[in-house]
Parts: sequence; C-alpha cells; structure tokens
Amino acid sequence: MNNIIQSTPAMLLLVIGSYYIGTLLYRRLHSAWLHPVAVGMLLTLVALLLLGIDYPTFQAGTAFLDFLLGPTVVALGYLLYEQIEHLRGREITIFIATITGAFIGIASVILLGHLFGLDAKLIASLQPKSATMPIALPLSEQLGGLPAITAIVVFLTGIIGSLIGPWVLDKCGITNPIARGLALGSASHGIGTSRAIELGALEGAVSGLAIGLTGIAISLLSVLTNWVL
Amino acid sequence: MILKGVFIILAFYMLGNLISYLIGGIIPGSVCGMILLFVALCLRIVKPESVRSVARALTQNMAVLFVPAGVGIMAQYDLIAQNWVGIMTITIVCTLLVLITTGWITQYLDKHFNKKDTNN
Repeated sequence: MNNIIQSTPAMLLLVIGSYYIGTLLYRRLHSAWLHPVAVGMLLTLVALLLLGIDYPTFQAGTAFLDFLLGPTVVALGYLLYEQIEHLRGREITIFIATITGAFIGIASVILLGHLFGLDAKLIASLQPKSATMPIALPLSEQLGGLPAITAIVVFLTGIIGSLIGPWVLDKCGITNPIARGLALGSASHGIGTSRAIELGALEGAVSGLAIGLTGIAISLLSVLTNWVL
Repeated sequence: MILKGVFIILAFYMLGNLISYLIGGIIPGSVCGMILLFVALCLRIVKPESVRSVARALTQNMAVLFVPAGVGIMAQYDLIAQNWVGIMTITIVCTLLVLITTGWITQYLDKHFNKKDTNN
C-alpha cells in the first residue's frame, strides 16, 4: 500500500492535482496572493504532512517535473524569437536597460545580504530572484544556493511586482508603455508579465521579451560577479 | 508533427549541456540551449513551425513545474525562519529597485534616442 502512495504516479498526481485546484480557485477569486503556484505548493505540503511522506521520497517521485524544467528553458528561446520584433529600432535601449536592471538586481542583493548578515548560501539563493523560475533554479544551484529558497523568493518577487509594480511606476512618472512593460518583466518575470498584459498589448509583449533577456543577463552577470568577488 | 519538435528541443538541450560542460558549468545547460535555439531560429537553421507547438505546450504550463521546488521549503524551514526579516526586506527592496531603474532607463533612452514616436 505504501508503495502505491509513494510511487511516481501518486506524487505527480498530487502536484498536478494541487496546482489544478489552484488554477480553479484563481479563476474564481482572482487574487494575486492566490496564485496557482502558491496554492499548489501549500496543498501539496499539507498532503505530504498528512500522509507522512518525507521530502526525499517526494523529490524522487517528482524527478520527471524537475527534468522538464530544462526543455522548458530551451523552449523560451522560441518565445524570445517570437517577441523579438518588438525590439526593432530600440535594440540598444532595451539591451542597456535590461543589463543595468539585472546588474542592479544582483548587486543590491549582495550588498543588502551582507548588510543583514545573511550567509553566503542565502545570498546565492536570493541572487537570481528576478530571473524566470526555470532559469533561477539551476542558477541558484550553480551559485551554491538552495533552490527551495530560490523558488519561494522568485515567487514573492513576482507577486510584489504584480501587486504594486504599476502603482510604483505611476509614482515614479514612468508612463512610456515600453518602459512599463520592460520594467515589469525584468523585475518580476512571468508573474509581472501577466500583470503587464492587463495594462496593454504592447506592455505585455515587451514584458514577455524582458523575461528571456533578463534570464540571459542574470546568468551571464552572475558568472562575472562570481569571478570578481 | 509533435515528435519533430520534441526531438529539436531535446537536441538543443543536449547541445546546451555539452557547451555548459565545456565552459566549466558556469552557465546552466538549459540557458545555453535556449540561446542556441534562439540563434538557430534567427538564422533560419530551425523553422519556427517545427518547434512552435511543443514550445508553446511547455511554456504555457510551466508554472506547475515550480511546485516541487517550492515544496522543498519543507527541508529548509529553519533557515528561513531564522532569516525571514532579511529575506523579505531584500526581496521587496531589490525588486522595486530593478523595476524603477529598468523603467526609468528605458523611458529616458526611448525619449532621447529613438526618434520614431510610437509612445501612444
């Protein structure tokens, strides 16, 4: 009996079922805090605790989903290609803005991390937080971080941008739709993009472009900062 | 043809892993594969139609793949409990910093250097 409860199909069913319930709830209530990923994590956690399944067993059972993160990142290359037309005539502007944003993101995490006296493992876990989840997770591992913490922080980063991002942009006088879309995608990856799509089609498209570019910029800059520091 | 798309994506993933290995693993293989696929599409080495359906299927549902990683918090509970003030402050401050700098730079450069006015 235990073999069946702890098997791969059972673990996959648990994750996909929890996430599916999350999407149903989200469609009903439409609150950013009830994001399907958050509800999925919570329901899965509760189920694991109730069933008395430990983390290594769960991890072994969901290895297939971890594997799929790789091909998904590769597939983002296609999305980037699809959105690249929004860049025409603004290549330099968008490159400078994305790279500076990624640099500020990494540098501010390292500086504030030292200020708060966090240990190196935690700083490495926080460093890739503005990258999209499938890029942030392997990057965190590469930097010596803990992917589980990265997952939570990446999620929070997305929610913060989506909840208060447009308001902050208004307060700072950033009204250009391209600037707004790029800022939301650079700071808050896919969750920021879903908010940008609500602001307008141009904002959404540029934001989608920013996910891929920021992912690449953060990967490359992390390598550089690791060499320098 | 879904099989062809799966083949191409996996092939680029493999190639990315190979390059990642050759450069000492400093960039994840999947990110190398993503850059290579993007370049191959731009250079018309790969036709967009051949990967479209698989790429969309993977990316449209990718959020479900984040759930197992998040559940890993189970194993890291103490570390988070001890450092949650720092983690939360850094997450909020740094996210807003990135948001404001990226937005501000884009708006500034777009206004001063891109003559075509498509701001509306």
